[in-house]
Amino acid sequence: MSKWIDIAALEDIPKRGARVVKTAQGCVAVFRTASDEVFALNNSCPHKGGPLAEGIVHGASVTCPLHNWVFSLETGLAQGADEGQVGTYPARVAGGRIELDAAFLAARSAA
Amino acid sequence: MKQKLIIIGAGMATGRALETLLETAPDAYEVTLFNAEPRGNYNRIMLSPVLAGDKTYAEIETHSAQWYSDNNVTCRFGEKIANIDRAAKTVTAQNGDVLPYDKLMFGTGSTPFIIPLPGHDLEGVIAYRDLEDTERMMSLGPDNTCVVIGGGLLGLEAAAGMAARGVDVTVVHIMGHLMERQLDEAAGYLLRKALVDKGITIKCSANSKEILGTDGHVRALLLDDGTELPCDLLVMAVGIRPNVALASEAGLAVGRGIHVDDQMLTSDPDILAVGECVEHDGAIFGLVAPLYDQAKVAAQTLLGTHAAFAQKELSTKLKVTGCDLFSAGDFADGEGREDIVFRDPARGVYRRLVIENNIVIGAVMYGDTADSNWFFGLIRDKTDISDMRDTLIFGPAYQGGTQLDPLAAVAALPRDAEICGCNGICKGQIEDAIAAGAGDLAAIKATTKASASCGTCTGLVEQVLAVTLGDDFVLPAAASICACTDMTHEDVRRMIKSQRLTSMPAVWQECGWKTSCGCHVCRPALNFYLLADWPLDYADDPQSRFINERKHANIQKDGTFSVVPRMWGGITTPDELRAIADAADKYMVPTVKVTGGQRIDLLGVKGEDLPAIWADLNAAGMVSGYAYSKGLRTVKTCVGTDHCRFGTQDSTGLGIKLEKTLHGAWTPHKLKLGVSGCPRNCAEATCKDIGIICVDSGFQISIGGAAGMDVKETELLMQVATEDEAIAVIKAVTQLYRENAKYLDRIYKWMAKVGLDWIKERIQDDLDGRAALVKRFELSQSIYRHDPWAAHAKDKAASYQPLARFDLEAAE
Ligand code: SRM
Ligand SMILES: Cc1cc2nc3c(=O)[nH]c(=O)nc-3n(C[C@H](O)[C@H](O)[C@H](O)COP(=O)(O)OP(=O)(O)OC[C@H]3O[C@@H](n4cnc5c(N)ncnc54)[C@H](O)[C@@H]3O)c2cc1C
Ligand code: SF4
Ligand code: FES
Repeated sequence: MSKWIDIAALEDIPKRGARVVKTAQGCVAVFRTASDEVFALNNSCPHKGGPLAEGIVHGASVTCPLHNWVFSLETGLAQGADEGQVGTYPARVAGGRIELDAAFLAARSAA
Repeated sequence: MKQKLIIIGAGMATGRALETLLETAPDAYEVTLFNAEPRGNYNRIMLSPVLAGDKTYAEIETHSAQWYSDNNVTCRFGEKIANIDRAAKTVTAQNGDVLPYDKLMFGTGSTPFIIPLPGHDLEGVIAYRDLEDTERMMSLGPDNTCVVIGGGLLGLEAAAGMAARGVDVTVVHIMGHLMERQLDEAAGYLLRKALVDKGITIKCSANSKEILGTDGHVRALLLDDGTELPCDLLVMAVGIRPNVALASEAGLAVGRGIHVDDQMLTSDPDILAVGECVEHDGAIFGLVAPLYDQAKVAAQTLLGTHAAFAQKELSTKLKVTGCDLFSAGDFADGEGREDIVFRDPARGVYRRLVIENNIVIGAVMYGDTADSNWFFGLIRDKTDISDMRDTLIFGPAYQGGTQLDPLAAVAALPRDAEICGCNGICKGQIEDAIAAGAGDLAAIKATTKASASCGTCTGLVEQVLAVTLGDDFVLPAAASICACTDMTHEDVRRMIKSQRLTSMPAVWQECGWKTSCGCHVCRPALNFYLLADWPLDYADDPQSRFINERKHANIQKDGTFSVVPRMWGGITTPDELRAIADAADKYMVPTVKVTGGQRIDLLGVKGEDLPAIWADLNAAGMVSGYAYSKGLRTVKTCVGTDHCRFGTQDSTGLGIKLEKTLHGAWTPHKLKLGVSGCPRNCAEATCKDIGIICVDSGFQISIGGAAGMDVKETELLMQVATEDEAIAVIKAVTQLYRENAKYLDRIYKWMAKVGLDWIKERIQDDLDGRAALVKRFELSQSIYRHDPWAAHAKDKAASYQPLARFDLEAAE
């Protein structure tokens, strides 16, 4: 069973936007789609490390701001001809709050 | 002896429970029915048709006085239950009567939520829940104004009902589109359009601040942008809360609603609850379908028969004449989920199905909902749709038969079928033009004018060509904007202007977008077109901008940013330089560089530091240099008459004036200017988008230079005598470029398409046209000529910080 940690209000991220959560092992990008789903991914593009949180969100995908690779927010897989995968983490919205999985955060914080 | 059943609330749920109970076992219970409203059961959902004048109250009553007496139900209408003593198994009515019960059933419904705005308790502020509210609204007429807060199901039914009575109604909705819980943006756009056609004013993304009154009566609603909306009545339809007060006072388990199990029993086995007041398995309810199921289960539980309530898929419709919409299931985007979108702009139809593993899991429809039940069935039954995928979206009529061929449909049209609505061109005229030799779209446009206006019929014209010419006609692979649409940039721009499309969902719908909400290629282009064409109506969408323009800084390869303050015309001062040096020290900027654009770049600033460094630079009088923008970059100057022995005019001064008036302007691509004081051209003006060479007799303005991937010399647009005229000409040509060029075309590319002569006709020859361009430029600048750094440092600084930090302390 996951234990969920409260991160912020859903409204703290704009629709079709993202913000980062800092952990000891780098940033996690938390995305909010137009339909108010949230996803958490490593904030580092497998191509050349582009910060995915700065990308344009469309549908359930994000386009990397550096060279336009497109990734699925749900699986982290690169779309189209590009190959690669970004790590994804459990995230959910409960009662208007964004929550991340405690076990995963603990793992990332224990530097 | 008969058992005593007391029911609290004569609502839609308990009404249904009573019917089932009395039909199955008329003699099992002696029933007493309490209702706070001074009447018995009625069909609450039909209050909207009553409000609109389509029905009367008598028609929506579900149980008559006769029915209650035939069934020996003791009615205590207009009386509330005041409290419950579970140990003694009695209830106390409002008048003090104490009545014993064997079984008790809650059906207390919900209470409308009233936002506690200042003034919410004024006379004339009501909710929309019961007959009293409805009658209050029905008392208004053509001389009245009303504001409805809430653009959901209830609010819109209230608004439409009053509008049908001639009331001047405004709906204030906090979200970006109407009914956002049931509809996506495209359907929300169509709904809004239909309501506006009914004369209702709709304000989305609007925040209510205060309700204003005179003499204790509501007078107006004040929005937080300062707008005052006068009203005689204010209806709040912003949501409901399960009515649990009595149950929690009685000590029953209560969460958001009264907790019930699958048998509709509360935490007390002698007490049941049904309807909107319950919470079952974490869910609460707001539509009648599940309440009816609950009612049947509760009746059986009362009779000792086993039955279980299970939650099912729900669907929503809106009871407003002329607004056919339907929504069911889950229509969020997601991996493994595919959209099938169908749009018929001419009929205002939108259909979207969301499919996962070959099963339809959600549907949104607007305009044509005839097949909604069939789609709802597919969702509910989890039907595998792989075999009908290709034609699924067209509905049941197209299943199982032959493949749908759009060309066959066009071929079947009679000769007098109208193809181009704008120009009234029929299929026959196009066929004749083809017979006379017109072999492609351009030739049809030139000879018949078909598709030459708004462009919506382009596809149809091409199909007529294909049907008539057969294999001789190759559908042109026009470069569409992206995979979301078949339309070109030019088509879309034309549509935005001719159809007055002022929002992105409007474009998606009217231009037949194939995705629900665009992609990273089309959204930035649409955002630009909309703000360029409708600066007053369209609100810029940061989420549709590339990161540089969203965060007003250039992203670097390591994710840091560069900060370039403006140096108007390349002029700076010791104070500015000191402030830049201080900022570089304070924020540990790794690289400070002089750019090719006559200013200083601070490279490698951390994203979190941006608002702070901007605030510091602002304090020294500097503003954003827009070095990141598809907009005005720099105006490069030389020293001119101030110092140079060859200078003919004040080139530095003109450069500063130009940069000050053009700054903040968004253009299709970046816009760079140069002003040189004489033909020696030290400011390299002749390789800029717009270059000015000062000469003794005035100013030579030339356009279309480039020195990037292509190198091009500018071409002379015109020479003018005065600085003022030079500035006017430059504003006008910038506006012409902004209104007409394709997104990401620099001036030289646009000029290659339209020709320098076309531009000259509009700027040099048509003085009224030029003045109008200048006016439109200034209008747009009245909104966009500002410093985004100051705005973000003040209002948005928090959004530049991480959402949360777990790198500082060990997580628990
Ligand atoms: C900082 C600067 C180089 C410098 O150190 O001098 C620069 C830096 C960049 N230029 Fe430039 N250009 C800079 C002057 C120029 C010039 C010279 C000028 O403006 O006088 C040119 C040629 C003139 C022209 O625009 O025609 C120039 C032609 C380009 C081009 C090619 C444009 C084209 O249409 O061919 C690009 C690519 C693009 O825009 O698509 C580009 C794109 C870029 C970008 C934004 C690349 C990017 O997308 O990330 C660089 C950002 C670097 C960074 O990380 O901050 N830069 N760039 C100059 C900033 C000027 C300023 O103060 O705003
Ligand atoms: C204008 C309008 C339009 C709607 N349209 C639709 C629609 O199109 N489709 C749809 O599915 N749903 C619609 N609904 C929602 C639907 O009407 C409700 O879901 C349904 O009425 C809830 O039934 P209920 O029995 O739980 O509560 P209610 O019907 O609200 O009945 C509860 C009753 O309990 C009484 N009561 C409360 N406390 C006490 C007490 N202490 N003592 C005695 N009596 C008490 C109340 O006075 C009330 O009469 C609409 C609602 C409204 C207001
Ligand atoms: S020339 Fe190329 S590498 Fe240099 S700043 Fe411009 S875009 Fe970057
Ligand atoms: S770093 Fe993400 S696409 Fe290159």
